[in-house]
Amino acid sequence: MTAETETPIESGAEPLVPFLKTGDNGPYLAGSKCGACGHVFVGERTVCAKCSARDRMEAVHLSETGKLYDFTVVHRSFPGVDTPFVDAIVDLDDGAHIKGTLLDVDPDPESIAFDMPVKIVYREAEPVNKAGTPYLTYFFVPAG
Amino acid sequence: MSDVYIVGIDMITFGRYPDRTVPSLAAEAALMALDDSGLSIRDMQALYCGNLGQASGMVGQRMLAEIGQTGIPVTNVANACATGATAFRDAWMAVKAGVYDTVLAVGVEQMGKGLLGGGSGGPSTEGLIGSGTMPAMFSHIGMEHTKRYGTTFEQFARVSVKNHHHSTMNPKSMYRKETPLEMVMNAEMIAYPNTKLMCSVNVDGSAAAVLVSEQKMKQLGLSARAIKVRASEMSSNPFEERQMAMPDFSSATRIAAARAYERAGLGPEDIDLVELHDCFATAEIVHYENLGLCADGEAGRLIDDGDTALGGRVPVNVSGGLLSKGHPLGATGIANIYEVSTHLRGEAGERQVEGARIGLTHVVGGGPGMGTACGIHILEKA
Ligand SMILES: [Zn+2]
Repeated sequence: MTAETETPIESGAEPLVPFLKTGDNGPYLAGSKCGACGHVFVGERTVCAKCSARDRMEAVHLSETGKLYDFTVVHRSFPGVDTPFVDAIVDLDDGAHIKGTLLDVDPDPESIAFDMPVKIVYREAEPVNKAGTPYLTYFFVPAG
Repeated sequence: MSDVYIVGIDMITFGRYPDRTVPSLAAEAALMALDDSGLSIRDMQALYCGNLGQASGMVGQRMLAEIGQTGIPVTNVANACATGATAFRDAWMAVKAGVYDTVLAVGVEQMGKGLLGGGSGGPSTEGLIGSGTMPAMFSHIGMEHTKRYGTTFEQFARVSVKNHHHSTMNPKSMYRKETPLEMVMNAEMIAYPNTKLMCSVNVDGSAAAVLVSEQKMKQLGLSARAIKVRASEMSSNPFEERQMAMPDFSSATRIAAARAYERAGLGPEDIDLVELHDCFATAEIVHYENLGLCADGEAGRLIDDGDTALGGRVPVNVSGGLLSKGHPLGATGIANIYEVSTHLRGEAGERQVEGARIGLTHVVGGGPGMGTACGIHILEKA
């Protein structure tokens, strides 16, 4: 899987997941920050799973840079899915934690460094069960 | 409150039985456990039945239709990989509370081959937003251990070598083949660092146990081979920083383990053998530390030194574990209690852990975006 194009700001494709939004200034990832404990969640919510505070959530746009916390190289997936790919867990700079696919790296554990800086890019891609229908999604790529 | 004892327990040989039904697999184990106790289904006051695949299918009632419909209360439970342990614990609680003194717990599963995980309507995110497969989830857990402590691919692979070796001595195991280190490491890579031989086997299986109160055990004269339940504990996943990105199996295990050791008045140093949830080789390594079998960061050394092999300081998964014996989800949590009970009774034959007096069983399961269920039991020869 490669990524040749830059962010398709004008994408008319439907977002692949509910927390990916298409705003006036382009796509962004929606998050929620707890006003009581400060934890930043991916997606919209009203109650804090960490401190149980209710109605203290503030809607935020998630940070688009972070560090690679953990990864695995997936070689066997469901039928039709291109492999290998790098399944990554990223700690975003705002404190949120998010899973995604890391592009533009050699899918070899020896050449991927824990804690390497990454950034989020938005691209269109076709889900394995929706051939011919592109959806808007996000990927990680190495930063800097 | 009365102590609770296992007076009958057994499991069927794990394998693939595509021509059987789920209730018939459950019935077979139930009758074996009843025969092991010398009691009849007519003696049972309640049934707790664990199954995932047909969770809304009243498997317990359908099982009774095959072995005797006595009108007893049936509770059907589903709780991910802790399903069997949950059924067993519900049975334990019923006796502990004094509601019944003689109850039956059954766990059963009939599974297809192949990858577990993912699934649900709508466009698939697989490959585009990481992976929803079980191997990927558990590989993350191994890689997190690598990041923290430098644990190597070879150390994870040694878990699989050990458990496959153990299974050659277990006639009820799905597989009974030696898998040398090179074979494990060179097998098809599924999700690094787990190769195909480091993933548990999807099989069909069932296991069952008869639990009674102390008074009932004495009244029936069943003390000789009875197993005392020293602790029965469960937990769910507490909040963890990265829970939205990667499921957490360690915190729940640590909570349940701490409660179980406290309830039993024992510590990890008192445990003679362990059957833990090695759904993937990477999982066994992290659970050594989660269960307190070694200090944090020491799990790689533990496997290297052979401490967890048969004959070592604290043998782990002498049955062959989920990696080789097989992992029929709903049955696993009672099958591991069968394994430990068999050692405590001194009836494990070639794979007997010599002098085993106290053993621990552990299951933990769940999935991305769902949560975690963990069950731990500490057992002692009565
Ligand atoms: Zn909070």
